[in-house]
Amino acid sequence: MEFTEAELKQLEQLRTRYPDNRSLTLPCMWMIQKREGFISNEACQLIATELDIPRIWVEEVRSWYSMFTEKEEGKYVLEVCNNISCSLLGSQQIIDYLCDKLNIKVGETTDDGMFTIKTAECLGSCGTGPMMQIGDNYYELLDAEKVDAILEDLRNGKEHAQQPQQFPEYK
Amino acid sequence: MSDLKILLNFERNGKSHTLESYKQRSGYKTVEAAFKKYSPADIVEEVKKSGIRGRGGAGFPAGLKWSFLPKDSDKPVYLICNGDEGEPGTFKDRVILEENPHMLIEGIILSSYAINAKHAYIYIRGEYGYALRQTQQAVDEAYKAGYLGEKLPGTGYQCDITVHKGAGAYVVGDETGLMNSIEGKKGQTRNKPPFPAVEGLYGCPTIINNVETLASVPYIVENGGEVYGKIGTEKSTGTKLLSVSGHVRKPGVYEVIMGDSFMDFLKNQCGGILDGKKLKAVIPGGSSTPVLRPEDCEKMTIDYESITAAGSSLGSGAVIVIAEGTCMIKLLEVLAHFYHHESCGQCTPCREGTGWLLKIIKRIEEGGGKMEDIDTLTSITKHIAFHTICPLGDAACGPIDSFVEKFREEFVEHIEKGGCPYNGKFTRLQKRI
Ligand SMILES: Cc1cc2nc3c(=O)[nH]c(=O)nc-3n(C[C@H](O)[C@H](O)[C@H](O)COP(=O)(O)O)c2cc1C
Ligand code: SF4
Ligand code: FES
Repeated sequence: MEFTEAELKQLEQLRTRYPDNRSLTLPCMWMIQKREGFISNEACQLIATELDIPRIWVEEVRSWYSMFTEKEEGKYVLEVCNNISCSLLGSQQIIDYLCDKLNIKVGETTDDGMFTIKTAECLGSCGTGPMMQIGDNYYELLDAEKVDAILEDLRNGKEHAQQPQQFPEYK
Repeated sequence: MSDLKILLNFERNGKSHTLESYKQRSGYKTVEAAFKKYSPADIVEEVKKSGIRGRGGAGFPAGLKWSFLPKDSDKPVYLICNGDEGEPGTFKDRVILEENPHMLIEGIILSSYAINAKHAYIYIRGEYGYALRQTQQAVDEAYKAGYLGEKLPGTGYQCDITVHKGAGAYVVGDETGLMNSIEGKKGQTRNKPPFPAVEGLYGCPTIINNVETLASVPYIVENGGEVYGKIGTEKSTGTKLLSVSGHVRKPGVYEVIMGDSFMDFLKNQCGGILDGKKLKAVIPGGSSTPVLRPEDCEKMTIDYESITAAGSSLGSGAVIVIAEGTCMIKLLEVLAHFYHHESCGQCTPCREGTGWLLKIIKRIEEGGGKMEDIDTLTSITKHIAFHTICPLGDAACGPIDSFVEKFREEFVEHIEKGGCPYNGKFTRLQKRI
């Protein structure tokens, strides 16, 4: 495994932003995860060599933060917030609906490798809950119909472009 | 109730994040004027006079924090903008990062100048993909326009900003966890002292402020600390962003003048309770702040003193509204799960205690609770709170103690019935729009 030309160039840029190489650990890990979908042991070694730090430091960071993953997951990881405000508005029903529809449990991946369902702690979208995060985007104000449409779109490779929060006005 | 808007002074038209839009609102005027008019010490003085208290949760006066920097250090000074926004119920910094990032950047330039920092980091939680993109774009624009980088116009002063992406962990929101995270480490918290102002990022003097705090600085410098200090109440000055969520008709982010009546705000601006139901409880400042009953809120005004007097805290300004028909034990289980999940594991009382709390609450909710469990909960919190490295331990206890105090009868009911009177469910979601 190697960094691409473009990534190396980006790294050169980043090096000028921090007085200590080790600060590039998270940025490097994001680079790899973006490209590969997860961060393998081999990737940890690559980062460690690039930054001249022990590999165990990188592995520790990988297991400590909730957003880094060690293993390959579904093409789309559906992370549904189940914290306080979302749960008050029915996030558990959204989770149950997703599990039913995709025929998997929380933490599992569909056989075709398309979807993984996870729960998440508060994602800072409490006013537009229930909501889920997929990749770099938030999908807010969920209900069954909306979930159906999102899954259909994703199956066709269509991710939505995120907009600023649109706060609802309920009756 | 006045409709002064300092932070939300823009139309939500999808363009407010651009330099062009910000300049139309007289953006960056303050920076240019300030360098000519003020010395760094003058700006610290204005911020002190404004009385603004940190908007990240603890409410520490910003000017005072800045004055803790050592005067005789030859090490570089760093400014960190805390955009981790992890406190459940909070989504107000996101509005600034996504829709008004230039105001934050101007605030960072002014604050950096005041504390003599040459480099500032904006730490944004990794989940905030859109906020990261919008803020980075604004930073790039500000570099191009010459507001950032070497030698700002009319001065020999340099200011760099780097946007740093987090990777998921509530405790990183703590200032010492944040510094470790920028240094490329696990985001575990550090023991204090040394305090960040003396020995922070890379061992250098460091000031950490919340997004909302720093975004308020341009207004303070432009109008003078005294003018800002006259807004709001004597001890809670200025405007405050509130994130309103839960069982409310119009959830959203609101900018209010400190000292406004809470119940009027809830009824008039937020449209009251969902489905015309009765109010059962309010968590006024994010999940870590104690829960209140409606009667506690009757006379409450939106400011630090009044909410403290009512028995809770303004915290990050995250108002969570809970309607009648909600199981408080189930709700507490959600919170206990969160704190247990987010405990970083360094301190035994927090690591083990949050697990015990969750287990007992779950047991009560599921019908296996015993009467003595109720007091066991509060005896555990006594052993966690103030016995840990960071305030996450204390934060985990606030909800437990207050739920037991304010809704004891519901614990008793669960235990007597041997189960949840609400069938372990929140009211079913319906399409309400
Ligand atoms: C567990 C924990 C989480 C925190 N999360 C945040 C956060 O998400 N955003 C924030 O601004 N401050 C957070 N804080 C408070 C910060 O430690 C710090 O006090 C704050 O950023 C200082 O800025 P201010 O003085 O402008 O409020 C957190 C504190 C703790 C103990
Ligand atoms: S109180 Fe909890 S979160 Fe904070 S340092 Fe200790 S174990 Fe970690
Ligand atoms: S509670 Fe779900 S995003 Fe905050």
